[in-house]
Amino acid sequence: MSEGDVARSSSLAMSGGRKRHGRRLHRIEPKAVLGVMSRDATVFTRNWKTTTFSSVVEPTIYLLAFGFGFGALITSIGGLDYKQYVGTGIVATAVLFSSAFPGMYGTFLKYRFQRTYDAFLAAPVDTDEIVSAEVLWIGLRAGVYGNVPLLVAIAFGLDPRPTAVLVPFICFLTGCAFVAFGITLAATAESIDNFSYVTSGILTPMFLTAGTFFPISSFPAGIEAIAHLNPLYHCVQLVRDVVVLGVEPLADLGHLAFLLAFGVALWRVAIWRMRKRLID
Amino acid sequence: MSGAAISLRGVVKRFGPITAVAGLDLEVPPGICLGLLGPNGAGKSTTMRMLTAQAIPDEGAISVLGWTLPGESKQARAEMGVVPQLDNLDVELTCRQILTVFARLYRVPPDARAGAVQRALQIANLTERAETRVDLLSGGMRRRLLIARGLVHRPRLVLLDEPTVGLDPQVRQELWSLIGALRAEGTTVLMSTHYIEEAERLADTVAVMARGLIVARGRPADLVRQHAGEQTHEVYGPPARLEELRAQGERAGWAMRRSGPALAILHAEQHDGTLPEGVRRAATLEDAFVVLTGEEIE
Repeated sequence: MSEGDVARSSSLAMSGGRKRHGRRLHRIEPKAVLGVMSRDATVFTRNWKTTTFSSVVEPTIYLLAFGFGFGALITSIGGLDYKQYVGTGIVATAVLFSSAFPGMYGTFLKYRFQRTYDAFLAAPVDTDEIVSAEVLWIGLRAGVYGNVPLLVAIAFGLDPRPTAVLVPFICFLTGCAFVAFGITLAATAESIDNFSYVTSGILTPMFLTAGTFFPISSFPAGIEAIAHLNPLYHCVQLVRDVVVLGVEPLADLGHLAFLLAFGVALWRVAIWRMRKRLID
Repeated sequence: MSGAAISLRGVVKRFGPITAVAGLDLEVPPGICLGLLGPNGAGKSTTMRMLTAQAIPDEGAISVLGWTLPGESKQARAEMGVVPQLDNLDVELTCRQILTVFARLYRVPPDARAGAVQRALQIANLTERAETRVDLLSGGMRRRLLIARGLVHRPRLVLLDEPTVGLDPQVRQELWSLIGALRAEGTTVLMSTHYIEEAERLADTVAVMARGLIVARGRPADLVRQHAGEQTHEVYGPPARLEELRAQGERAGWAMRRSGPALAILHAEQHDGTLPEGVRRAATLEDAFVVLTGEEIE
């Protein structure tokens, strides 16, 4: 069949095609986000054991080592039993480990080596939706994994307040923010080795200056001021308040607002950086 | 709007100092299979990426299925299927899981999803491998799965970027059958390739691309007739003899190309009686391609 014949025979199918198939697809569509998340969930059904092990065991070891090790030397901090102090603080560490690292390494592998995002972008899915889906999915996981150290602490005698039911939400919010942080780094790094700088130069200091193991007031004034800008510190304070100290509405709204602002800002930056990576 | 399934007008795409696509004009009418034939680096893959808005042109206008890109690319992508040159399958998932994820991404309604996946598996002859993980599939099966993934939502347009590159001849034949079936169904196909035989076998129309531009377009037989004539005369001999012959041919105004160990003289039917002893054969698309692009091809 000649080109002209084929074109004529198909012209009917094409004419009005825009109306028949026409539909507006918005920038961030729940269906696309859920579609990408369904891929992540399907992969998770295969690798949940390793993912869960790495996300849960390390912070739990920190909890047991510091709680029982230092706990034998330090009885209380700020009126809190040291085990309670660390048990609530280490939640933020679990969230950090289960969100920033998958955000960095997982995203880098998917866009650089597996080209998973290229496959998505050939379908009706945009970068905004890919990034949002990754943030939500890993954030959800962090929302669950973050509770594990707390459950261990409860098993060792921590008596939580009823407001402790808010912990998964705090973990989810903090987790989303740190996934976005990880994706931003993944979309910026030239090589996977660059993450060593981030781990040693940013994440380790962040986790040590969050008030997890000792109050940030122990630091010199300058470092203490910087520690107030550490998102993990706000997560620790929120968790400690809802689990053992009691909610302080104004202060806790401030912590919440800080985490929210950090998360939204990093989410937008992650989209911008990833778009630069994926779209020529 | 011309009614074309794909329309590119004056499209330019630069990567720093390199101009990958240099003012490309291309229209693909609905219902045909157009083969975009060109050597490596001709700009074929960049063109394909611009059609899914994974690359944004610096100049020019693109429309796909009536949608203007890049602003409406998402709508266009919902109605087309893409088979990439590079394997980007999730190796941890099974064939069925991958197709189910993509059926969802392509907005196949939930109640139709299982059927769509089954149909795609059948098209790609992977029904028996539905529950097999991708990392356990052969290279040919993975290519078929990539095609199935691009067809799971019954697209009106399919983009195939070098669909058989790197595959052995038997697998290539299998994929050609699959692509042939798409053509027969009337699906519009744009296929980039650097395999002459592939373009000749599958494409209704071939557009030859070189240095970021379409340098010729037409049915394969017409391109051969127009650019390489009816017959090609191949002369074999030692290199010095062939060089001598080439110099003679240049003086006489013959169109020539090196063809392995021989010098091929094109439009041989126009030079009867004046050519040295050699082997006469029908002109091929490869002859036309070399004349058009100045480059040998696989």
